[in-house]
Amino acid sequence: MSGVTVVLRDASKNYGDHVAVQGVSLELRGGERIALVGHNGAGKSTLIKLMLGLIRPTAGTVLVLGEDPARRAATKSRSRIGYLPENVALQPSMTGEELLAFYARLKHQPVAANPKILSRVGIAHAAHRRIATYSKGMRQRLALAQALIGDPRVLLLDEPTTGLDPALRQTFYSIVQELSAQGATVLLSSHALSELETQTDRVIVMNQSRKIADGTLAELRQRAQRPVRIKVTVGDDHVNLFPKIGANALEWRRVSERSFEICCAEHEKVTVLRQVTSGDLSIADVEIVDPTLDDIYAHFLYAEAAE
Amino acid sequence: MRAVAIIALKEIRDGLRNRWVVATTLLMTALALTLTLLGAAPTGAVGTSGLSATVVGLSSLTIFLVPLIALIISYDAIAGELERGTMALLLSYPVSRGAVVAGKFLGATAILSIATVAGYGAGGGALAIVGEAADPEAWAAFSTMVGTSIALGMVFIALGYVLSAAVRDPRTAGGIAIGLWLLFALIYDMALLGLLVADQGRVMTAGLLNVLLMANPTDVYRLLNFTGFSELSQFAGMAGLTKQVYFGTPVLAAMLAAWIVIPLGGAILLFNRREL
Repeated sequence: MSGVTVVLRDASKNYGDHVAVQGVSLELRGGERIALVGHNGAGKSTLIKLMLGLIRPTAGTVLVLGEDPARRAATKSRSRIGYLPENVALQPSMTGEELLAFYARLKHQPVAANPKILSRVGIAHAAHRRIATYSKGMRQRLALAQALIGDPRVLLLDEPTTGLDPALRQTFYSIVQELSAQGATVLLSSHALSELETQTDRVIVMNQSRKIADGTLAELRQRAQRPVRIKVTVGDDHVNLFPKIGANALEWRRVSERSFEICCAEHEKVTVLRQVTSGDLSIADVEIVDPTLDDIYAHFLYAEAAE
Repeated sequence: MRAVAIIALKEIRDGLRNRWVVATTLLMTALALTLTLLGAAPTGAVGTSGLSATVVGLSSLTIFLVPLIALIISYDAIAGELERGTMALLLSYPVSRGAVVAGKFLGATAILSIATVAGYGAGGGALAIVGEAADPEAWAAFSTMVGTSIALGMVFIALGYVLSAAVRDPRTAGGIAIGLWLLFALIYDMALLGLLVADQGRVMTAGLLNVLLMANPTDVYRLLNFTGFSELSQFAGMAGLTKQVYFGTPVLAAMLAAWIVIPLGGAILLFNRREL
C-alpha cells in the first residue's frame, strides 16, 4: 500500500553501560499491522521511544515519515504520529472531553472532531465526567482516543491490551484494523504473542535488546518448525494394536491407556493422519494441536539462548 | 509559542481545579489582612497603621511564604509528570521541551500572581478604606512590594524546575525543595549574621557582604524593598545596611531577573539532556 513510514538502520541505544537496543534495522510500511513482541526489558519500549524521537539513538539512524524524529524540526511530522504509552496516569482532575481538547490543540487539530473520537472508543457517555471517576478500561480507552487525534499515519501502541477485558481488546483490534485499512502503520507491542492473537500481519521478536525474528506469522511458523501434536484415542479392542502401527514409522508416546500422541513436522501432518487412519484400527477420536503462538515465540527465544 | 500558551492555560486550569489558587489566595489574603489591621502592634498601638508598616510586614511574610508556595507548585512539575507517564506522551506531540517548561512556568507564575495580587491587594484595599491617607511614596513602595513578591515567586518556581528536571524521583525533589527553602529563607541569613558577629569586621568587608547578599534571592528582594524607600528602611531596621549598600535599584532588579532567567534556562538545559 502506501510507502515506507518508519526506517531504522542499525539503531542502537545505550543508557550508560546498559544496552537497551542493539543494532536493530527494520522498515515499516503503511497499512501494516506489526506486533512487536519481547519480554519485559527486551527493548520494545526503547524502540518505540526511538521512533517517537523521545530519545536519540547512540548509533545508527531512525527515520519516521522521512524525518529524524529527534530533531526539533520533526515537531511537524509528530502531528501525524499517535502514541499510547505503556503506563499513563492521565490528569485525574480534568474531564475526558477537556483532556482530549488539550491534546487536539497541541496537534493543531480541530477540537470539533473530538466527540467522534470519543464515541469511537466508546466513552462518549463519560466525556463530561472527571477522569478520576473512570474505570481502568475507560482510562485506557481515553488514552487510545488521544492517539487517534488527527488520523495518524503511524500509530505506536505500547502494550495496549495488557490486562484489559476481552470487550475492550476487541474495540482495540477493530480500530487497529480500520486504521491500517486506511493506510496507517500500526505497531503494537506486547510481552505475549498470544495476546495479539491473529490481529497482526507481521511479527517482530525482540530479545535481550536485539531483533531476533521478523516476518509474517506464517513465515515464523515455518521457520520455527514446531512439531504438530496429533492425539489419537483408539477403541477398546485396539489398545494393544496401535503401538505396532506406530512402530513402523512414527514416533509416538502413550498418554493414557487408550490415547497416543504423535509429534510430527507441520508438512508431515497430512501424511501422518492418513497413515494412522488408513489401517483397520478403530479410532475413537483424533485431536490435532497446532503449535500455539506462544510455542513459536518460545522457540525463537530459546533458539537465541542456545546460540 | 502556540504550544506554550496551550500548556500555560492547562496549568492554570489545573491550578484552579486542584484548589491551589483558592487555597493560596485565601492564605495570603488572611495573612495580609491580619498584618494590615494589626500591623501597628510592633510600634506599640493596635489598630490600622501606616501603609509603610504594612509593606514591611508583608515583605517579611513574602520571604517565608512565597518561596514555599512557589517550590510546592513547581518541584513536581517535570519529575512527577515523567513518573506518571504523561511527560513522554506530551513530548510525543509536536512540542519542544523548552516550550513545555516555558508553558508550565507561565502557568505557575499566573497562579502565584493571582494569589499575590488578590491577597496583598485585599490588604492594601482594607487600608485604603479604613486607614489614614498615605503618601504616594508609600503606595509606590506597596506596588513595588507586590511586583517583587511575584518576581521572587518566579525565582523559586524556576529553582523548583531545576530540581524537578535534575532529580529522578519527585519525592527526592520535594525533599530538596524543603531544604532549599530553609536555606534561602532562614539559614543563609542566620549564617551570614553569625559570620558578621564572629568576624568583627576583619575579613567581612561591606563589599563582600554585598556580594554575599546577592547570592540569596530573598536578600535581593529585601534590599529592593527596604532600601529603595527611606521610610521603609527605618521601619525594617535596615537603615544601617542601607548606607552600606552599593547597588542601586536597577542593579538589584537586574539581579532578581537573573535569578529567574538563569535557573529557568538551566532547567530547560537539564530537561533537554535528560533521558526518558
